[in-house]
Amino acid sequence: MDFQKEKVVVKNLYKIFGSKSNRAFALLEQGHSKEDIYQKTGLTIGVQDASFTVHEGEIFVVMGLSGSGKSTLVRMLNRLIEPNAGSVIVDGKDVTQMSHDELVQFRLHNMSMVFQSFALMPHQTVLENTAFGLKLAGIDEEQRNRRAKEALKQVGLDGWENASPSQLSGGMQQRVGLARALAVDPDIMLMDEAFSALDPLIRAEMQDELLKLQQQHQRTIIFISHDLDEALRIGDRIAIMQDGVVVQVGTADEILRSPANDYVRSFFKGVDPTGILTTRDIVRNNHPTLIITKGGNIPATQEYLSTSDRDYCYLLTPDKKLLGVVSTESLREVAELASATARLSDAYLQDVPTLGLHDVLTDIQPVVASSPCPVPVLDDEGNFKGVISKSRFLRILHKPERIIHSVQEAHYA
Amino acid sequence: MLSGDFIPLDESMIPLSEWISDAINWLVINFRDVFQVIKAPVEVTLNALTTGLNALPFYIPIIVITLLAWRASGKRLAAFSFAAFTLIACLGLWEATMTTLAMVLASVMFCAGIGIPVGVLAGRNPMFETAIRPVLDAMQTTPAFVYLVPIVMLFSIGNTAGVLATIIFALPPIIRLTCLGIRQVHPELIEAAQAFGASEFQVLWQVQLPLALPTILAGLNQTIMMALSMVVIAALIGAGGLGSPVVLGLNTLDTGRAAVGGLAIVLLAVILDRITQSMANK
Repeated sequence: MDFQKEKVVVKNLYKIFGSKSNRAFALLEQGHSKEDIYQKTGLTIGVQDASFTVHEGEIFVVMGLSGSGKSTLVRMLNRLIEPNAGSVIVDGKDVTQMSHDELVQFRLHNMSMVFQSFALMPHQTVLENTAFGLKLAGIDEEQRNRRAKEALKQVGLDGWENASPSQLSGGMQQRVGLARALAVDPDIMLMDEAFSALDPLIRAEMQDELLKLQQQHQRTIIFISHDLDEALRIGDRIAIMQDGVVVQVGTADEILRSPANDYVRSFFKGVDPTGILTTRDIVRNNHPTLIITKGGNIPATQEYLSTSDRDYCYLLTPDKKLLGVVSTESLREVAELASATARLSDAYLQDVPTLGLHDVLTDIQPVVASSPCPVPVLDDEGNFKGVISKSRFLRILHKPERIIHSVQEAHYA
Repeated sequence: MLSGDFIPLDESMIPLSEWISDAINWLVINFRDVFQVIKAPVEVTLNALTTGLNALPFYIPIIVITLLAWRASGKRLAAFSFAAFTLIACLGLWEATMTTLAMVLASVMFCAGIGIPVGVLAGRNPMFETAIRPVLDAMQTTPAFVYLVPIVMLFSIGNTAGVLATIIFALPPIIRLTCLGIRQVHPELIEAAQAFGASEFQVLWQVQLPLALPTILAGLNQTIMMALSMVVIAALIGAGGLGSPVVLGLNTLDTGRAAVGGLAIVLLAVILDRITQSMANK
């Protein structure tokens, strides 16, 4: 996946609630805290100097506790809340500078929104609700009903067109909310705690649904959440907000490895790291490797292995591609049986799996378990990077905090 | 210790009453044309309704009201409406009832025409709401007798003046309830509409008004009830209809006649109330 095209660029965005908000800027510059400024002026800092970039086609999760300013932040992206300063650049165009008409066009065609409280119109049917944005855009009835039906089908609600929202369960209502946002075919969807009001089972179901939809048609999604599990599950990258400030932006892996402060660290405390840590975090280069140039030599390999106090040796080409794996056992068998014509490659173990550098620990468990030897890990170019043994893997599963600590310390050092 | 000797409270220190009288006189002399212009549309509407209703053979309004009651509520209200109107016709109050109905309809039309837009504005603009609230309070609580005389001076006597007095009295509930209905619409729904690119007008027309409709209809119902309760008072300034037998009956100590007029008003009120309430609950 190529996430590199910048879709939404937020620069130095501020929201200050209260009249004569300019007073707050001077105080912020002088380094006064949020509480200080509230005491002095009665102004509330909603969002302070937020800057981040959302790439095309990614799910960007903005996470924070309630009151951290994440809902304010997302509402400034489509100017449901007017920012006091800063810019929101979508496809090179600054949303904060748009005229009223431009803004309406932008909302009609480029950016739609899904709300925590569903916000369905109780006086309209499911179909009318789904077609809401299309109707506003002036699309004729026949076409908008067709597109609305398509959107309802995408979220698995075909057959419910004529129901009233009040007849649906919470999860179904939010499916309508999702269909309404999909129907206008936007490039960007804002989802404000879209699944937070649903019970955990339904929430997980909706997250899967969203990922499925994302596979069919990749949109840029900015997802607000206070739920870390949700962020880890659906987010390509995560921004963490604290008291109106974006304190860290990165992939789950990056944030877990080097949290910006205690607030971020505390967020990640309860997380099961095996779902986030990858082979890169636990790979070890503690097994003997031998570079083979001309077919290799069995006795030399045996000798080398016996001095290393290990059972397996990894044979590489000079440019570090893996040729094969031999064990003390396999070498001895080959040497005894056919000493005259034996080649080193006859001693290679069969069915040795390999792992990529970015495989998540939970996914590699069966591979490690069934491998005849410690599993070799290769990077994207196929270069040998080290191995993961069963015992190391089990130790990590047993005490994952230790590895996180060691990883974090390595980053600080 | 404190007594009337010290503080002569029975003597007015501010001659407010004189000022008001002078102001009214000044208005009557200088702005007669303006008030005639205000009066004209009410007069035209009222005359059309009165002539129309009285020109119909008596069974047509009975059938229409019965069908309306049947559609809005059901068989019971339809049967009741039929019986009540037949009774009114048998009591010899048919023409008076039609006149009253025309007056009520005319005032309610003007109340809705003025009240719903004002209520919408108040619902969307809290400052405007604060500004008009004391005016609404005054309209509802000032005893009708206080403004009957200025109304007569400005608009002369008769049915039209009666309707104008009725409009003043019956306008506040529809404004208040429209305002309430608009403000009760969930902010998330308005936000959602805006997020999908709705203009202010689309927000009002597609979200706020449909959702406020039941509350607005409740306001309309209240306005109708209040308009009916003004019928007798309007009769004091020469308005016809069911108020006149009541006023006439009282003046001549003819209790029976007054009671019969009162009965017809109550029957009309019950029917109109039930019909509009059922509409609002739908």
